[in-house]
Amino acid sequence: MAQPVIHTHQLTRKFGDFVAVNAISFDVQPGEIFGFLGANGAGKTTAMRILCGLLSPTSGEATVAGFDVYRQNEEIKKHIGYMSQKFSLYENLTVRENIQFFGGIYGLSRQELKEKTNNLIERVGLHDEADKLVGSLPLGWKQKISFSVAILHRPKIVFLDEPTGGVDPITRRQFWDMIYDAAHEGITLFVTTHYMDEAEYCDRVSIMVDGAIAALDTPAGLKKQFNATNMDEVFLQLARGAKRSDG
Amino acid sequence: MKTFLAFITKEFRHVLRDKRSLLILLGLPIVMMILFGFALSSEVKNSNVAVLDYAQDDASHLLIDRINQSQYFSVQQYLHSEAEIERVFRQGKVRLVVIFPQNFQEDLLHTNHVQVRLIGDASDPNTSNIVVNYASNIFRDYQNELSDNKKLPYSIETETRMLYNPQLKSSYNFVPGVMTLILMLLGAMMTSVSIVKEKEMGTMEILLVSPMRPLLVVLSKAVPYMVLCFIDVIIILLLAVFLLGMPIRGSLLLLLAESLLFIITTLSLGLLVSTIVDSQQTAMFLSLVGFLMPALVFSGFMFPIENMPLPLQIISNIVPTKWYYSIVRAIMVKGLGFSYVIKQTLILVGMTVFFLGVAIRKFKIRLA
Amino acid sequence: MATVHVENIKKTYEKGTVTALENVSFDVKSGELFGLIGPDGAGKTSLFRVLTTLLLPDEGQAQVAGFDVVKDFWEIRRIVGYMPGKFSLYQDLSIEENLNFFATVFNTTLAKNYHLIEEIYVQIEPFKKRLAGKLSGGMKQKLALCCALIHEPKVLFLDEPTTGVDPVSRKEFWDMLDRLKSRGITIVVSTPYMDEASRCDRIALIQKGKILELDTLDKILGRYTQNLYAVDADNRYQLMKDLRMPAEIESSFAFGEEQHVTLRTQENGERYLTNYLTERGHTSITVRPILPNIEDTFIKLMLENQ
Repeated sequence: MAQPVIHTHQLTRKFGDFVAVNAISFDVQPGEIFGFLGANGAGKTTAMRILCGLLSPTSGEATVAGFDVYRQNEEIKKHIGYMSQKFSLYENLTVRENIQFFGGIYGLSRQELKEKTNNLIERVGLHDEADKLVGSLPLGWKQKISFSVAILHRPKIVFLDEPTGGVDPITRRQFWDMIYDAAHEGITLFVTTHYMDEAEYCDRVSIMVDGAIAALDTPAGLKKQFNATNMDEVFLQLARGAKRSDG
Repeated sequence: MKTFLAFITKEFRHVLRDKRSLLILLGLPIVMMILFGFALSSEVKNSNVAVLDYAQDDASHLLIDRINQSQYFSVQQYLHSEAEIERVFRQGKVRLVVIFPQNFQEDLLHTNHVQVRLIGDASDPNTSNIVVNYASNIFRDYQNELSDNKKLPYSIETETRMLYNPQLKSSYNFVPGVMTLILMLLGAMMTSVSIVKEKEMGTMEILLVSPMRPLLVVLSKAVPYMVLCFIDVIIILLLAVFLLGMPIRGSLLLLLAESLLFIITTLSLGLLVSTIVDSQQTAMFLSLVGFLMPALVFSGFMFPIENMPLPLQIISNIVPTKWYYSIVRAIMVKGLGFSYVIKQTLILVGMTVFFLGVAIRKFKIRLA
Repeated sequence: MATVHVENIKKTYEKGTVTALENVSFDVKSGELFGLIGPDGAGKTSLFRVLTTLLLPDEGQAQVAGFDVVKDFWEIRRIVGYMPGKFSLYQDLSIEENLNFFATVFNTTLAKNYHLIEEIYVQIEPFKKRLAGKLSGGMKQKLALCCALIHEPKVLFLDEPTTGVDPVSRKEFWDMLDRLKSRGITIVVSTPYMDEASRCDRIALIQKGKILELDTLDKILGRYTQNLYAVDADNRYQLMKDLRMPAEIESSFAFGEEQHVTLRTQENGERYLTNYLTERGHTSITVRPILPNIEDTFIKLMLENQ
């Protein structure tokens, strides 16, 4: 088996007395779509921040793309992509300018940048909108562009924080098509979502409850384990038992 | 009324919980006063002095010695005629010229009264003011020593003359200047930012969809800042009197009343800004560029307005800080009464009414 | 009688270049739980702002509890409760301070109207000294609802109250709305989560400023029969790719663990799909005809309106 892209062992983060992330251990394999679920306040955001190199753990170990989260967080940032609903693109730049800017950040050459920009615009199907301001586009398109931008520098792994919230059902599925394509090209995807049907699209799903990982398996395996017909039921069974609803 | 009180309580909570803003609100005047105070009084050590001694007697020699020995002065030159005074000042070699009259000692001992002239270079008014004060002290000390043993007190009168800037503009004037700047900046900026914040946070949306009169919302936001600005005025005055030793010559009550008026002017400017802009950054930027800059340039604090070209002099009249600055100077420095500041006061009242009127007219009862 | 009456409302922004609402008309009956369902940018927020008197419509008219949204806006502001899409309470005030403040704004007190919010408030009361900014999503949502309810509104407008909230809190929230409804409050709620349609008495599907469909969920679903199949096989990625190719297939979208496929030809759909996928080398193929759910229907309506 290949080296896991994400490896955590007993990873813990405390804020004062509060244990936000409590000794979580899991591995994510290359090219896997890994669903990272949990109720609000279960510790998802904290765990994700640690893995993105934005926050140091209190104890335990974790490597992302082979780099240590304690010492090599700058290296980690170079090898991952990140996309969330809050931070995506500059609204007052055009689609093309945004792509060029973010490509430039990751040090793509001018030639590479031009090629990739055209390539991306082609693939997302934004020919007519390439020179429009991002602010004038519907949310779904923004999200598609910002995902494309997040994988522009061919990261080993992309973190997607609720990428499809509020997006219309067709665009939401087109978005997942893009996720599948990326996974097929060998990119690992680490996704949080509140849409339980999207959890079904993942290769494996972990569900966090009160800072710990309460369950981790394939969607089919989880449904079997909890004797449920869909992921919604699995989630409700686990999260209903949560003690803290706060973070 | 109960709603209004609830609002004010809430506003105070906002202000008191935002430690950073609070630090700016209360720290800025202190820092500015101390900075200005020390920056302006640090350079007086070892000032060069020229002496024109018509007396050439024991007493004058003794005093010249004392001046030279003091840590503040060193006697640089002896002059022979008054024509030379202008020359040494122009060369910038000395800060002070001391002139002893003929028969200094004799007159002092027999008539018990004598006059010494101190001439300062008031092109740097703060320094020369301080220099002249220090020199006067040396004469006063000497006079006290003599008087100790005698029944009739001796009196050495120091007649001070300032060359180049006879009215001593801007010496000590930085206190009114700091007051003007701080009130303008904090009053207008803090109010506008705090109202615009409600727009940005979306809370204005809920307040609008309520039976509250929107104007009440906005007016109640101004109250805590009025209190805080007033506290700033008191802080500045306390520092001026106790740290910098600057007396308040006129009526304190009048000064406070005029300050309150000016605070209301700046708050209404802040309200006006908040009705125009939609983001906190814009509000802050507009307050800094739109109010602080003109306040610096056109109040007469940094640059004398009389020396400006006519168009700028006319423009300066629409800047409220100019009028407040002139009021504070009149009361604090010159010790004048209300009758001397009626005009400025009326202008400020007029401006306030105008700003408030426009702000109320422009205030939106909907989102767009 | 209609508590909310909307007639041909049109709203544009940027001097008419951006259309947010186009001839929107509907009625909400008294005591109804009415859902506006549609994605981000569909015009839901604009509609709420027109109804809560925050925005003036370009054309058309609307009444809330008999009051005109343009002329009688003071009356409307007295009787509606509004929860904007963004969390809009004071983050630097505690739960209790926020509630007391909004109670005073609406000329009442927490003590006087405690019974109105008690059910919801007891869940957050243990944390009443905590600042609102430090609350979790679910708790913020409960607090915002309490603040919107404190003055006993006749009509409650909730703009995307469940967006970004986890499924458990979402369920709890809808349970709370059920209980409010049973007290006779008319509720208009918007959501981008299609599955929440089943919690509403009636729904309006809204997209790009237009109402696509308006009725009870069952009636809407019954109106759009489709030649629809749920398809699954071992290699999901390949399955998705393959289902996109043939001309016989009208659309293919992922729905949870299955693909929902509509066919252009009516007959023998099951056999056609099974044969086609076997040809493409798929294993463990399952194909079964299904009835469309709300998302299938919404997608169909979107495609028809494009």
